[in-house]
Amino acid sequence: RQGSGKKMEDTFSILYFQKNGISNGTLYKKTFIEHFEQAPMYVAVLTFLGFGVGTVFGYLRDFMRAWGLEKRNVATEREQQKDFVPLYQDFENFYTRNLYMRIRDNWNRPICSVPGPQFDLMERVTDDYNWTFRFTGRTIKNVINMGSYNYLGFAETDVNALKTVTIELQKYGTGICSTRQEMGTLDKHIELEKLVANFLGVEDAMVFGMGFATNSMNIPALVGKGCLILSDELNHTSLVLGARLSGATIRIFKHNNMQSLEKLLRDAIIYGQPRSRRAWRKIIILVEGIYSMEGSIVRLPEIVSLKKKYKAYLYLDEAHSIGAVGATGRGVVEYFGMSPDDVDVLMGTFTKSFGAAGGYIAGRKDLVDFLRTHSHSAVYATSMCPPVAEQIIRAMKCLMGLDGTTQGLQRVRQLGKNTRYFRRRLHEMGFIIYGNDDSPVVPLLLYMPGKIGAFARRMLEKNIGVVVVGFPATPITESRARFCVSAAHTREMLNTVLNALDELGDFLQLKYSRYSKSSHPELYEETRLELED
Amino acid sequence: MAAAGAGQQWVLVEMVQAFYEAPAYHLILEGILILWIIRLLFSKTYKLQERSDLTLKEKEELIEEWQPEPLVPPVPKDHPALNYNIVSGPPTHIITVNGKECINFASFNFLGLLDNEKVKSAAQASLKKYGVGTCGPRGFYGTFDVHLELEERLAKFMRTEEAIIYSYGFATIASAIPAYSKRGDIVFVDEAACFAIQKGLQASRSNIKLFKHNDMADLERLLKEQETEDQKNPRKARVTRRFMVVEGLYMNTGDICPLPELIKLKYKYKVRIFLEESLSFGVLGEHGRGITEHFGINRLSGQGYCFSASLPPLLAAAAIEALNIMEDNPDIFQTLRAKCERIHKALQGISGLKVVGESFSPALHLQLEESSGSRENDVKLLKRVVDYCMNSGIALTQARYLEKEEKCLPPPSIRVVITVEQTEQELDKAASLLKEAAQSVLN
Repeated sequence: RQGSGKKMEDTFSILYFQKNGISNGTLYKKTFIEHFEQAPMYVAVLTFLGFGVGTVFGYLRDFMRAWGLEKRNVATEREQQKDFVPLYQDFENFYTRNLYMRIRDNWNRPICSVPGPQFDLMERVTDDYNWTFRFTGRTIKNVINMGSYNYLGFAETDVNALKTVTIELQKYGTGICSTRQEMGTLDKHIELEKLVANFLGVEDAMVFGMGFATNSMNIPALVGKGCLILSDELNHTSLVLGARLSGATIRIFKHNNMQSLEKLLRDAIIYGQPRSRRAWRKIIILVEGIYSMEGSIVRLPEIVSLKKKYKAYLYLDEAHSIGAVGATGRGVVEYFGMSPDDVDVLMGTFTKSFGAAGGYIAGRKDLVDFLRTHSHSAVYATSMCPPVAEQIIRAMKCLMGLDGTTQGLQRVRQLGKNTRYFRRRLHEMGFIIYGNDDSPVVPLLLYMPGKIGAFARRMLEKNIGVVVVGFPATPITESRARFCVSAAHTREMLNTVLNALDELGDFLQLKYSRYSKSSHPELYEETRLELED
Repeated sequence: MAAAGAGQQWVLVEMVQAFYEAPAYHLILEGILILWIIRLLFSKTYKLQERSDLTLKEKEELIEEWQPEPLVPPVPKDHPALNYNIVSGPPTHIITVNGKECINFASFNFLGLLDNEKVKSAAQASLKKYGVGTCGPRGFYGTFDVHLELEERLAKFMRTEEAIIYSYGFATIASAIPAYSKRGDIVFVDEAACFAIQKGLQASRSNIKLFKHNDMADLERLLKEQETEDQKNPRKARVTRRFMVVEGLYMNTGDICPLPELIKLKYKYKVRIFLEESLSFGVLGEHGRGITEHFGINRLSGQGYCFSASLPPLLAAAAIEALNIMEDNPDIFQTLRAKCERIHKALQGISGLKVVGESFSPALHLQLEESSGSRENDVKLLKRVVDYCMNSGIALTQARYLEKEEKCLPPPSIRVVITVEQTEQELDKAASLLKEAAQSVLN
């Protein structure tokens, strides 16, 4: 994240027809409800207090370690290299050593089964307070998986589903051993690219072996010095890295805030480049479809109208939204009822909704031709391996209905149902949830550092695997647990999770919301949710 | 109290008296000063860079007039990368390129493991158990037992304390460098370093110092210069980390780095070594351990590790099986080396082309002995050589670079890759075909 100075709105942003004086009844074809409730003041105070106590103890521990009263467990240099400049300055690692280490067991949990709606975890214990782990050899079976990005449930081991993948693996093997421009373009890649272009409704597409690298290697190819990048505050690291590597000027606008974006656009065109006042070569807006830490959906109609007015280009990263939103799973473009021609560069990944790996960039033919010749990945990196490409092909065909079944559509609908049910119940219980009502990414706010560890550990005891995130991925006061709803979750699984959350919420005092069902009846009596139970 | 009151009154009286007794010019001056202050207080503030002189209408006009460049410049239809080779089927020893069957001298399949049945069955077993993708980064349930096993095996194989795997080859070095080397640190890197290293260095924002390819004297000179700098500012020197980035087997030139000398320099000038072994792993060394070096690696940081989905488990299982094969059959390295020597010798003396690379390097370059003057023409000539060979059943490719982005662009060349699967006849055929091609195209 680029900045933690996000101003939160204490209200729901309900865009019916008027908002901030802009009549956007024509822009939004359906209601757009997002929540970013602010917790009561005492919560912020207690959070800072918690970090303060942790820091004091951290200093105490460091002191004891320096004086040999406590064992030092940090990685140390070899004897011959003792007088080298140390790799890590002590204070750089303060947070890692004293705060992160204490709750480290909640991350990097190894699993030993398919990451479906339920999975098996390897049991890990620590004898020295999380400095080292050892495996007991037992597995915790059938833990409900609320952490993996498995939105449409394509992470499965069903033999029928994986039939074609098995065949392709046998035929092609696992490697390519060459780059796209040398000897690494297989017929499989051509097939996949045609299918992706068809799925998204654009002229052409290009696929890459890694989603992260798709951003970090193609943004520098598209923009360079003399260009301006307007990037959302909460963009993913890969977008930030790509923007930095390109050498263009980067300006950041407030998260999903159209006034901030418009002001930046106007200032950029009127005043030009800093100091020289030359006109900018091009202006490109970097946004994501769904922001994975907030659960918010980008305000695409407004951004597109701004981009058309100011002649800027739009780069949309649909890592989390492709397959997960939209009536047929085609992402935020479909969700808002817009045409894919409105977005200049459609980027996405196959890791989340398609259960594979890799990324794509799609758009007009001249854009993709340019990337074929100038992308860093096409020239220097190995191409995607064939079994993974086949998995994407079969998942996409299923989604498009080309395999002759309606399974794809069913999955999308099931995901929508699960998402809305889960969010509604959590609101009713009184938790503070961020994000759009239609986003399958559900951040639940924990705030206090002590609760991060407690929450994750207790959920694991109840056989539910959750993901918790704290500083530095989120602002320091807003640690959260993040749930990823999947189409493969059954109603029973969701109810189990919700009951566990209810209990734990009372035990850990997590129900901070001031609004519960009774005080906002108009929100819950809407009939627009036609797929609601 | 009364005394103070009287005192105050007395001061006032004194002031009034002084007022009457002051000379006229003094009063006038003071008066003007007071008026000036009042004017300044109430006049508008004056900002140097204020452009508030632009009216709304002018602003709208500027917005109307501004025309950006097109998002992408047009690409000529005959750009070589648009007319790429399409491979049908797996890129194994016999490869079908653009519909024609050829012997593969272009894919980096040194140990022939691409088509190995054991590797494939390990991958199949993993596919049955785990599916295809991991659906998450390492921190959020994306760590599978196969990943941990692969890391353990790699650490054991390379004889290091720990190992860490990334899901994308390019990202490995491009993320590892900025994880250790930050702004203000100093990195000494070889000129012929590959593009991934260059991007990693760019992302790290450290001070980069290039030394001539494999030239230890040049490196020592730079290190000495740095030392004198350090003596001027010892406090800064104590917190500036120093790194050296070299490749085991250079992709762009086919030769190896002189590791023993580098290690001597390392201890003399207190510099840490980053060794990039993508080509030398599994090739060099008696057991394929590459150019060995020991350094401890921290797992936590590295952007391409933390923020990206982990390697699909079927690939991890395939890699473990590959390691098994490497450990069980150490004689394949000897075989590979013998074949490299054979073709290296056979390719000597082709008129018009020179061989660039060590005799035991499985990735060679064939460059034009005399450049025609323009890179474009060189590329066209080499393409004709490649096409001649392809038409006769040997698949070759030119080495591709991003011409505008590379720091030190290598000259155009044909890439020749040697694998254990190629038979001696095929090696000889390739060499003679290249001779013929060079003869017909270049003379």
